[in-house]
Amino acid sequence: MTKRLCIHGLAIAGLLASAAVPASAADTITVASWGGTYQEAQTKAFFDPTAKELGITIKQDTTNGLDDVRLQVTGNAVKWDVTELGADECARGSKEGLFEKLDYSVIDKSGINPKLVHDDWVGISYTSVVLIYRTDVFGDKGPKTWADFWDVQKFPGRRALSGSQATETLSVAALAKGIPIDKVYPVDIDGALQSVDKVKGHIDAWWTSGAQAMQLVKDGEVDMASIWNGRAGTLKKEGAPVSFSFDQGVLTADCMVIPKGSKNKDLAMKALAKFVSPELQANLPLYVDNGPANEKAFDTGKIPPERVKEINSAPENVKKQVLQDPEFWRDTLVEATEKFDNLIQQ
Amino acid sequence: MSIGSAIPGNAGRVNADALDADARGESFGLLALLSPGLFLVFAVIIVPIGWLFWLSLFDEAGQLSASNYARFFEQASYIKTFVTTFKVAFTVTGASVLLGYPLAYMLSQLPRRAASICLIFVILPFWTSVLVRTYAWLVILQRKGLINSWLIDLGVIGQPLPLANNFTGVVIGMTHIMLPFLVLPLYASMKTIDTDCLRAGMNLGASPAATFRQIFFPLSLPGLASGVVIVFVLCLGFFVTPALMGGGKVIMWAMRMEQTTSLYSNWGAGAALGVVLLAVTLALLGLFQWLLGARATGVWSQR
Repeated sequence: MTKRLCIHGLAIAGLLASAAVPASAADTITVASWGGTYQEAQTKAFFDPTAKELGITIKQDTTNGLDDVRLQVTGNAVKWDVTELGADECARGSKEGLFEKLDYSVIDKSGINPKLVHDDWVGISYTSVVLIYRTDVFGDKGPKTWADFWDVQKFPGRRALSGSQATETLSVAALAKGIPIDKVYPVDIDGALQSVDKVKGHIDAWWTSGAQAMQLVKDGEVDMASIWNGRAGTLKKEGAPVSFSFDQGVLTADCMVIPKGSKNKDLAMKALAKFVSPELQANLPLYVDNGPANEKAFDTGKIPPERVKEINSAPENVKKQVLQDPEFWRDTLVEATEKFDNLIQQ
Repeated sequence: MSIGSAIPGNAGRVNADALDADARGESFGLLALLSPGLFLVFAVIIVPIGWLFWLSLFDEAGQLSASNYARFFEQASYIKTFVTTFKVAFTVTGASVLLGYPLAYMLSQLPRRAASICLIFVILPFWTSVLVRTYAWLVILQRKGLINSWLIDLGVIGQPLPLANNFTGVVIGMTHIMLPFLVLPLYASMKTIDTDCLRAGMNLGASPAATFRQIFFPLSLPGLASGVVIVFVLCLGFFVTPALMGGGKVIMWAMRMEQTTSLYSNWGAGAALGVVLLAVTLALLGLFQWLLGARATGVWSQR
């Protein structure tokens, strides 16, 4: 969900209408996100309430990720005032100097994991990579850990992993080696690659988009897969015979930035401050399975207790998962991805 | 010039000058007519390609370097992707010829009315989105898809056939999309074959098979060559179908470009892939031209 989608056209349900309140151009900002149901949820959770409270108009657009921001900033044609990215993209874009500095006297960072609070980017929500399996194949005795997923003797069946998100597949490969969740980062890349090499011959599909992962599991093309929790939740809601849990999940964050050269920087800062505030963050899980980045959202009482259990960033669930470190991947992504591609294409 | 100089004497020279002037005038006129088109080609094709090439020469630090090209040799996966791309392109082109030639032949032999109805069936998929068609193939070909469930229900096979999420799936999906690109030029060229030539051959005692082999087939070659070249070149840059049908195991050049553009912070990395594909494609077209001769590669020969 949070990552660039190869076939992003599918995910883009069309641009959503901006807030109904008419305002002058000076009171308008443009926010870009991933489109689809996720952006619809953000509209209800963040954008509409913020537009109303600040008395501004929030226009929306959809993004493909860091290349879009890079294109706008390096081409001096910045269209967006705030845009969402994957946390590792934020870390890389920050290194490239693509973003405006954030003013933490305007934005209240308390409640957000310090790993996701930086000079020029801040966490906005979480997605988890989870292990899903089909209950019509395994009953309730399916693979529960990544070591199980790697165990082709004990759990015969067809498998899919992400081929496009090397960072996530390498993280689960490290878990499969039996590394405890608090020791996964910094990832031993060569060790993780060896682990991928072991299971490689049994992988029937390397998915490249969230929609594809979902389709593979839904149509029974594979019996188990790594998948983003939002997609897994949708499958379950649609009644597909699947099971998943947050045990050994990989928590990946999304972040928001103000692209360098934004014409409404100050207003964007105020809007961003609202987006990450506990009050609005607590709205997000009411519409979508992506958890709030601000843990104070769970103290607002807005999220019903039974819903809290299903949210990946609820304190109880965070304990079971690995938090993917964006700064680690900022420096290692290119090399790791090239090596990973070499490996899975052999 | 040649006409003028063929006539001896002064009168000839005067005429030659007038003819030369006339020819020059005509050339300028033609150039003037061509210039908007030439300008457009220059502005939207030549300039961006030059720009692409220029970008590919810079590394991440913005320094002039060959690192974007060196990467192809350092990382085995690029060579692998390259080989896969050509393997897919050759297979799909071959499959399109095998399926498309008989189809075009049949169409060309049908009465006009029937032929136009059949042609609609060839063109119809053209109007449907590639994405929709590819997903439709996925529904048909996957493990629990139509074909496999029918075959299993009929007891023909015990285990589902691996038709999707692999090389086979990519080839099937792409062949379906490429077929009209082959059939249409082929059909057009077959329609222009003079049936009197065939009758003459038969009159002289050739069997139908010999008539086809010695007269019809050679005359249909220019159309076939056009179709093959179009299909082959389109295959080289294909993205959607391999991305969806390949199960991440069939990585083609265009997919690699997309990936590289997002992985590296400089455009040069992706641009270099584009430059390589362009250069290899042009080289191949040159090879086709040389092998098949100017007459056969009707798409760009001077006819």
